[in-house]
Amino acid sequence: MRQRRRGLGRSAGLALAALSCGSALAGGDPAEGEKVFSACRSCHQVGEGARHGIGPHLDRVFGREAGSLEGFAYSLALRRKGAQGLVWNAQTLDVYLKRPQAYVPGTRMSFRGMAGNEDRANLIAYLEAASAGAPAADPGAAPAPRDEIGALAMNIEGDPALGQYLANECVTCHQPSGRADGIPSIVGWPRVAFVRALFEYKTNVRAHEVMRMVTRNLGNDEIAALAAYFGSLTPQ
Amino acid sequence: MTSMTRRTFGIWAGAAAASLALPTYLRAQDRPRVVVIGGGAGGATAARYISKDSEGAIDVTLIEANPQYTTCFFSNLYLGGFRSFQSITHTYDVLAANYGISVVNGRAEAVDREAKEVVMADGGRVPYDRLVVSPGIDFIWDSVPGYSEEAAQIMPHSWKAGPQTKLLKEKLEAVENGQQIVMVTPPNPYRCPPGPYERASMFAHILKSKGFTDSKIIILDPKEKFSKQGLFQEGWEAHYPGMVEWYGPEIHGGIKGVDPEKGTVETDFDTFKGALVNVIPAQKAGAIAHQAGLVSENGFCPIDAESMRSTMDENIFVLGDAAIAGDMPKSAFSANSQAKVAAMNVRGDLTGSKVFPARYANTCWSLIAPDDGVKVGAQYAPTEEKIASTTSFISQTHEDPALRKATYEESLGWYAGITSDIFGRQG
Repeated sequence: MRQRRRGLGRSAGLALAALSCGSALAGGDPAEGEKVFSACRSCHQVGEGARHGIGPHLDRVFGREAGSLEGFAYSLALRRKGAQGLVWNAQTLDVYLKRPQAYVPGTRMSFRGMAGNEDRANLIAYLEAASAGAPAADPGAAPAPRDEIGALAMNIEGDPALGQYLANECVTCHQPSGRADGIPSIVGWPRVAFVRALFEYKTNVRAHEVMRMVTRNLGNDEIAALAAYFGSLTPQ
Repeated sequence: MTSMTRRTFGIWAGAAAASLALPTYLRAQDRPRVVVIGGGAGGATAARYISKDSEGAIDVTLIEANPQYTTCFFSNLYLGGFRSFQSITHTYDVLAANYGISVVNGRAEAVDREAKEVVMADGGRVPYDRLVVSPGIDFIWDSVPGYSEEAAQIMPHSWKAGPQTKLLKEKLEAVENGQQIVMVTPPNPYRCPPGPYERASMFAHILKSKGFTDSKIIILDPKEKFSKQGLFQEGWEAHYPGMVEWYGPEIHGGIKGVDPEKGTVETDFDTFKGALVNVIPAQKAGAIAHQAGLVSENGFCPIDAESMRSTMDENIFVLGDAAIAGDMPKSAFSANSQAKVAAMNVRGDLTGSKVFPARYANTCWSLIAPDDGVKVGAQYAPTEEKIASTTSFISQTHEDPALRKATYEESLGWYAGITSDIFGRQG
């Protein structure tokens, strides 16, 4: 987390540089865009040393084929789109961010879309500047757990067989294919992120009645097992 | 697909005929056999999980009378114009093609528990080692005097989705401004506790969207209270002021009967006339459960709370609306949850796979008006007497509209999730 903050600090500097060079997009304001990006930050890292999280890191995303980074489990839909020639640039990101599911049906990005044209322009301006840095050497490597409430469960090697059984309850809503049609995709997440999310529901840091109920009776072994199981699934 | 299922059925019928002469012929095959009666939320889920998790070690046959399945859940959203009929209709193609399930398009007429065979309507016999019975509900037609299967053509129940749902939609669209809709709702226990009240909301939404605010929806209820009552009544007041009136037994004094010819419902208090009358009668387990001798005095099937196994026959499991599932409501979510517990126990019986302690869950979403969704849910665990609720929640009155919208959108995600969990992922 500290590392990510540092990365962002540096990228804010880069953003200003980009602005002064006049390469910011269509009047987008990177400083405003950084605020917009706060909604993306729980899944995406950007800036020097960024790693994969629930979503892939976004360093050097401009000019890159969609779904092409090593070490991240993209949806089949996004990989297909990339193979068909989708390359991220200001225009394609703009269409995608407006309604992700409409542009790439089957993407597992659990984000309904951003309707405001100005917000998107600002976000893209921010991203273009912030993504210029180099990612971590091994962006897929699991980060060390922080000193936090779920740390115990994060250090348990979950039993995938138990996880598969417990997951029966989850997959009534969360599709094991990784599709997100109104309920978030939870496949292929890093273990730490998965465990943290469940603890945040359990302790009501994330407010959601169903998830609070579901997590209330889950112990550390069970949470670790679920993280292991869903982490092992490949998005379709 | 139809021809494929027919062909499959042909093979069964042929094999079954042979079995009369050579009963050991069929028994001699390697794989243990599971037969599932009923391809709804309970049965199709059970078939899919048994086949998937046994990785082909168990031979699974799914018997379903209809070639396609229209879900009762979300059929109110079709009535309200939020979903197409096609979007709530599913095929068994994926279960047959991707899970190796023999889908038999036919009607199971009886269960020969002695011989461990299902008897089909055409006389064919399908042998099983374990049987899963998930037939849903049947109606107790005379629970509302004057009502009958024929009367349902005039006063649709639409509590089994399909042609009845379309009929109700047609009749709803024909209601004119100032005309009245009368609903007769069922006594407990019945399929989908909040369903009748979500339906009243959808009726009101259609009328309101046409500007027909002089019309009224009268709900005649044999119950003193109903599911999500506070939430519905708050929503009706807010979205459809003066349009929805709910009368419990204290007001109407008892529902005496219906007259389909006149379009009336008689109660102790008054006779109500409706341009549209929607009668949802009292319910019992589907006919096959009765024929098989799996029901208790209350018309539903007692089960072991640990496994969903019938207390009447250790080789049979009963799921969903037909079962007496303790605190669990009769819902697709419940049936889907129960099916996974039963599937695990069936595999444990037949392949010796590990059986974990049962866990059950349910959440029911209801739509009151566009973007105004509410939900109620609980988790359950087996006790010695029943499946008992361990923790629960319900949406609150006066919630933020943004939360209600998110709840509605979540319900769309749930529908996509559960239907792919039941029927396999399409496409």
